[in-house]
Amino acid sequence: MGVGIQVENLNAWYGSTHTLQDINLHIPANHATALIGPSGCGKSTFVRCLNRMHETNPIARATGVVKMGDLDIYKDVTPVEIRRRVGMVFQRPNPFPTMSIYDNVASGLKLNGFRNRRVLDEVVERSLVNAALWDEVKNDLKKKSGASLSGGQQQRLCIARALAVDPEVLLMDEPASALDPISTSKIEDLIFQLKSQYTIVIVTHNMQQAARVAEKTGFFLNGKLVEFDQTHKIFTNPQDKRTEDYITGRFG
Amino acid sequence: MIEGVEQTKLDMMGGGPLKVGPEPLRSSKFNYHHRFITDHLVSGLAILSTILVIAPLVAILVYLIFKGASSLNLAFFTKIPAPVGEEGGGMANSIVGSGIILMLASAMGVPVGIAAGVYLAEYGRGRMLGNLVRFTADVLNGVPSIVMGIAIYSLIVVRQGHFSAFAGGVALAIMMIPTVTRTTEEMLMTVPHAVREAAFALGVPKWRTVMSVSLRTASPGIITGCMLAFARVAGETAPLLFTAFGNQFWSSDLNQPIGALPLQIFVYAISPYDEWHRLAWAGALVLIVLIMVSVTLVRVVASRGILKGNQ
Repeated sequence: MGVGIQVENLNAWYGSTHTLQDINLHIPANHATALIGPSGCGKSTFVRCLNRMHETNPIARATGVVKMGDLDIYKDVTPVEIRRRVGMVFQRPNPFPTMSIYDNVASGLKLNGFRNRRVLDEVVERSLVNAALWDEVKNDLKKKSGASLSGGQQQRLCIARALAVDPEVLLMDEPASALDPISTSKIEDLIFQLKSQYTIVIVTHNMQQAARVAEKTGFFLNGKLVEFDQTHKIFTNPQDKRTEDYITGRFG
Repeated sequence: MIEGVEQTKLDMMGGGPLKVGPEPLRSSKFNYHHRFITDHLVSGLAILSTILVIAPLVAILVYLIFKGASSLNLAFFTKIPAPVGEEGGGMANSIVGSGIILMLASAMGVPVGIAAGVYLAEYGRGRMLGNLVRFTADVLNGVPSIVMGIAIYSLIVVRQGHFSAFAGGVALAIMMIPTVTRTTEEMLMTVPHAVREAAFALGVPKWRTVMSVSLRTASPGIITGCMLAFARVAGETAPLLFTAFGNQFWSSDLNQPIGALPLQIFVYAISPYDEWHRLAWAGALVLIVLIMVSVTLVRVVASRGILKGNQ
């Protein structure tokens, strides 16, 4: 089951660039939340702060409070622990190239020392079914490399890999921007199904996509959260002039 | 929906026939000939260079077979060298000796070299120690092998008071380290950052990511580097002269002088006897074939179990 995320006064820097400025918002549990905004506005940095991936860059730092349920992820846990509870899907599919499809899905468990073969088999099948990839790959699970799949299949493999560790939150950083329309619609269907079990945060450049999959939408601009509201309100009746300019295509 | 934007895009795409001016069409004929000639010129040069690269190896191999194959017989692989004046004898002890020294050298040099390469690529980026290690490795690579022999002689042989297989192994191991280290570093740098990020995002600790993801992804290249280093030291004579020393009799004791193929070839080649010259040629042939066989074997074994993508 997913948990809600409370973000208070989040600030982030890359070197001396202040990429996120005083972000405050609440991401509801078991819903999809979309983040939109022009390139470089900080939305990717924001999701990377939610699983502490931001700090893997040596020149990056972040301050503020991010709470998942009651857990303050910057105080109560190590980065490694929180990343096991928060799955992430990246813009470009990044399966492990030397691992089989099976090992790719099982990697989160295997690389953390889990070895029970029967349970692994179960988890791999369930994750691939949930990622809508099982029927396409069930015959070459151990024969084919993850890198031998098509781009759309690779992205669903990456989603399966993220689901296999049974996260509470799923972060998606433009998961469909490198994919063709058919693969994109498969990923969107998937988000639709998954959001009943996981809290989903999705960064997207595609406003129709945000409108289709998300209950709530946030608009980022120049490192600030300009507006955060119900998706239909953002797209039909935005409160801020800048939001309106962006969604009507006047800039960005 | 943002109807305005979508409509503009549609207009741009379907707004009229693509404009193809007469200008590029006229010049395309020249372009075609020009490109045709350049293409064939460059591929011709590439093929020529390939032949130039392969030619020396083939020439050496053919010459060695011509000179040495006739002296190869069962005795060569089963007997120790015959005393001066006697016919026959072989290099069995040197073949085994070379194997022992090289195993020792690989067992010491490969792990240290790979570990140092991992440090350079994954931990030591931009740090003083990293730069120091990289610089040291490059200098070490340029140290003449005879100097390596003398250094190990004074560090180990003089202290122990006798030549030994162990000292020979250490000398070759140190010669392997820079090559292994630098190729490991280079190969790890080719692993895309996205792959490491994928592992971090799954909550895999850094050490585990390095071991199971980075190293595994880079393993074909790292194995090539290790094989290069192995093949290079397998034929080294100079560092063994003052360390393993050579031995005309059977010995597998790591604390005793031991025979080695390059040493035996050297001894026979500078001798005044025709019979020994022929044996030296045969030894050289065996050495090259053994290096080729072991490199191929390692490649075949190592490439098993690694799935390759179609990308």
